[in-house]
Amino acid sequence: MKHICVIDYGMSNLLSVSRALEACGFEAGAVSSPDALNGADGIVLPGVGAFGDGMHALEERGFPDALRECASAGVPLLGICLGMQMLFDSSEESPGVKGLHLISGKVRRLPSQGIDGSVLRIPHVGWAPVRARPGGTLQGSALEHLEDGSELYFVHSYAAQPEQVRDALALAFRGGVPLCAAAQRGNVLGCQFHPEKSGPAGLAILKRFFT
Amino acid sequence: MSRKLRVIARLDVKDENLVKGVQFEGLRKLGDPHGFALRYYEEGIDEILYLDTVASLYGRNNLGDVLCRTASDVFIPITAGGGLRSVDDVRTILRMGADKAAINTAALKEPRLITQVAQAFGSQCMVLSIQAKRTASGGWEAYYDNGREHSGRDAVEWAAEGEARGAGEILLTSVDCEGLRRGMDSELIRAVRERVSIPVIAAGGAGRCEDLCAAAQAGADAVAVGSLLHYEKAHVADLKQALRDGGWEVRK
Repeated sequence: MKHICVIDYGMSNLLSVSRALEACGFEAGAVSSPDALNGADGIVLPGVGAFGDGMHALEERGFPDALRECASAGVPLLGICLGMQMLFDSSEESPGVKGLHLISGKVRRLPSQGIDGSVLRIPHVGWAPVRARPGGTLQGSALEHLEDGSELYFVHSYAAQPEQVRDALALAFRGGVPLCAAAQRGNVLGCQFHPEKSGPAGLAILKRFFT
Repeated sequence: MSRKLRVIARLDVKDENLVKGVQFEGLRKLGDPHGFALRYYEEGIDEILYLDTVASLYGRNNLGDVLCRTASDVFIPITAGGGLRSVDDVRTILRMGADKAAINTAALKEPRLITQVAQAFGSQCMVLSIQAKRTASGGWEAYYDNGREHSGRDAVEWAAEGEARGAGEILLTSVDCEGLRRGMDSELIRAVRERVSIPVIAAGGAGRCEDLCAAAQAGADAVAVGSLLHYEKAHVADLKQALRDGGWEVRK
């Protein structure tokens, strides 16, 4: 049975992520020190809260270098919500704080207006479908099954903007404005939505990514 | 573009049982709440709302066990409420698997708690629960302790104050309509909708699928449904189809 490590840095409800991994047939364990990542078949970086607080908490426990080493060694690494945002270089939420630099780009505050002038509420809370970026495809990715229009659960005020178009795997739309719902570079995947709270469509992403 | 409505299963819990009352009184036991929540999840409900109906009377919340079990096989957002009095109480239920906390009594008694919870866990976590009862003068008053005690606060003003203090959603229950299955209080929903910009979850009174459309028409962003589901008068698909037929978007 594959063992998936869930990074515990004091910023998240680990229970839901662990239970979701178990429901997919994996063994899930919370990990609060980098040593415990040895031998992991996969890693989840969850997260709720502010970018700066999250990075400081990771640094205090010595995680950033260990996560980069695992990522370059080919271990599948999934960042969820704030965990996705921290995969990038920086965030408007916490100027001056460096991210993990695993996918290049910045995290920006969500726009408060749609292209039609409609008011977009922040935080963005709710279910939304995702689709491949224009010219891209979900085929072959962990999100392949979402082409049927299945919706996923989002709760966030910021979203990543990958520097390179090819890193943006999937988009969601609010008021006609696209946001990066998922980004992938090799074995590193970031999901702005919560796969562990998105019903069967979300669980299928976990299962595909770590299998 | 039409708004997308969320359909929420509301489960009132007393001790270890799902219960259903009429206007918060005369509770009837229906069984293990987790089993009901799992069935609604499998049927495609968008969220689960657990309310410990007696917790605020005793000053404690007993949802821990049912939350833990629910977190093991129900993978959608879960809100828990009833008897939450502090940031620590909220932290406890979040650790047990809840994603959001619904707070009524403690917020009325200590409004600063709304801000404290929003700052500690984010406003999306802080659901202000309001039990509103019509007054002789044509407005609504906020009640607590399951509609037993009146606060002296205007329910609509309280919703606006709650938003200003950091609440992320309003769970709006009509005490007059609760459990009667004769429809929801559209005027109340409309009055609160006009005063706040955060999502309003309408609760209390849905007796037919069509009642959900009326709540949506009045401005609700989500509807919480109890007895319609618990007594199998409707399945989740029926509720969503009724909303679709009414011209509203829902999650597939």
